[in-house]
Amino acid sequence: MTAVASRGVRGWLGNHAVLIFGLLVLLYMFTPIFVVVLMSFNDPVGRLGYDFAGFTLYNWKNICEPYQLCESVGNSIKIALLATGLATVLGSLMAYAMVRHYFRGRGTANLMIFLPMASPEIVLGSSLLALFVNANLAGQLGFWTVFVSHVMFCLSFIVITVKARLSGLDPRLEQAAADLYANEWQTFGRVTLPLMMPGIVSAALLSFSLSFDDFIITNLNSGQMITFPMFVWGSAQKGIPMQINVVGTIMFLLALGMVLGGLLLRRIRERPTA
Amino acid sequence: MTALGHVPGPVGAAPPAPEASRRGLSGYLLMLPGTLWLAFFFIVPTVTLVASSLYDPSGTFAEGYQMTWHWQNYTDAWSEYASTFLRSFLYAGATTVACVLLGFPLAYAIAFKAGRWRSLMLVAVIAPFFTSFLVRTLSWKLLLSDNGFIVGLAQALPFVGEDFRLLATPAAVITGLTYNFLPFMVLPLYASLEKVDPRLIEAAGDLYASPFTALRKVTIPLAMPGLVAGTLLTFIPAAGDFINAELLGNPRTRMIGNDINDLFKSSVIPTAAALSVTLMAAIIVMVLFYVRKAGTEELV
Repeated sequence: MTAVASRGVRGWLGNHAVLIFGLLVLLYMFTPIFVVVLMSFNDPVGRLGYDFAGFTLYNWKNICEPYQLCESVGNSIKIALLATGLATVLGSLMAYAMVRHYFRGRGTANLMIFLPMASPEIVLGSSLLALFVNANLAGQLGFWTVFVSHVMFCLSFIVITVKARLSGLDPRLEQAAADLYANEWQTFGRVTLPLMMPGIVSAALLSFSLSFDDFIITNLNSGQMITFPMFVWGSAQKGIPMQINVVGTIMFLLALGMVLGGLLLRRIRERPTA
Repeated sequence: MTALGHVPGPVGAAPPAPEASRRGLSGYLLMLPGTLWLAFFFIVPTVTLVASSLYDPSGTFAEGYQMTWHWQNYTDAWSEYASTFLRSFLYAGATTVACVLLGFPLAYAIAFKAGRWRSLMLVAVIAPFFTSFLVRTLSWKLLLSDNGFIVGLAQALPFVGEDFRLLATPAAVITGLTYNFLPFMVLPLYASLEKVDPRLIEAAGDLYASPFTALRKVTIPLAMPGLVAGTLLTFIPAAGDFINAELLGNPRTRMIGNDINDLFKSSVIPTAAALSVTLMAAIIVMVLFYVRKAGTEELV
């Protein structure tokens, strides 16, 4: 009897070993996030200590207290929005051309889009700095040089994401629209674009978070301007205000809310057909 | 074995391969703006970087640099930073191995064992991205610190001494790198594994393959494109990273990214450029090696 039971337990463990290991890996990935959320409520000994000393809402009520923190978050949001906007337009056009149009140099185009993703950020950042220095723009490093570089590295990710969505679409849908006397613009506006939209939206979200989070390229090309990751870097050398954990927590909750909301929306939409 | 929670559609039901049907100018016009952007801000800078690596090192940021085809920049940089390069690739290699060991089981679990929890587990994989890279790395600094609970836990073990510490060791740097780049391993692996028909794995079992043999002869070969992509996506950024080395390491765990960044920041442009070009060249050689296996279209 006990033998059977133990075999049952062992069998269950055997069947679920991979799942259990996977969940442990996920725990590893979540551990720092727990710390960030916890630390956002920390009341440290001295305002810069990094041990959990007591619970407080002070950091949440005084987010902007550390000098330049909110300014840096504002800069990051502005750059991420602008860079994502432009990169999404340029990248979606490229993705559409690559899936639906014939042109020469496709291999070269693929390589040119792939290479920025395959280069370490430090190389991309230092190349851009070399360019700006050689163009005598070293004095003008700031918002626009960062914007330019963010559009560059977001572009590849957008092309790949939108392309993946487009190549999964059945081209017969567009042919059907044409059969029903839609002209090329109507087909694009009423059939192709709506079908591309989920890809474009997820590409834009990815691009926003890549841009917002970038440190290595930004750090080299930002001159005197400070973005949020640069603020964190700077404070890591001096002393870390707990408010960065508040910003981290807010970012996490916003993004999680958006993704889970999207997931839920899809579930609801798919229900009638399922 | 049917409780795999994943019933694939009939083979061959995918839409026909989209044909690049439309000819004429419009394709070129659509490609033009993005291509120009990449040309101006990716290709031109890369060329400039290579040129800068051959400038006369006696130039300064303020007065400008002379192009003297000074190849010695490279030999000087190599002899001074060889050990840093070696360390960077060593750490990146260790990170990649750790990511495979942690990421493959996780991707496998999501693809075959998660059932209805699959989407939620995928969200969990990318969730760490939702907060800032630097803020997360700083929390590892806290977790691994001498009075953090991981070190306390380890010191309680019988075979670990009192002077055991984690922060400011190579292990801490590799832990941070692994943590930061693990999703780049899991996602492509999952994308490949998800396409694997579980009936193929069952068939291996029916043909008397042990679970391990089935894994080695069926699952892993079928997941190869994801494994290759994941390896590149972890190794490349890890090799160039300096955030983890700076925040979690010590002066003896500096990686090449630390030096390139510091040299650029202190305006020693030719040496910094030579190091940067060397890093890129080394990585391109490795990428080409892999691309021959998988092809760019499959990689991206």
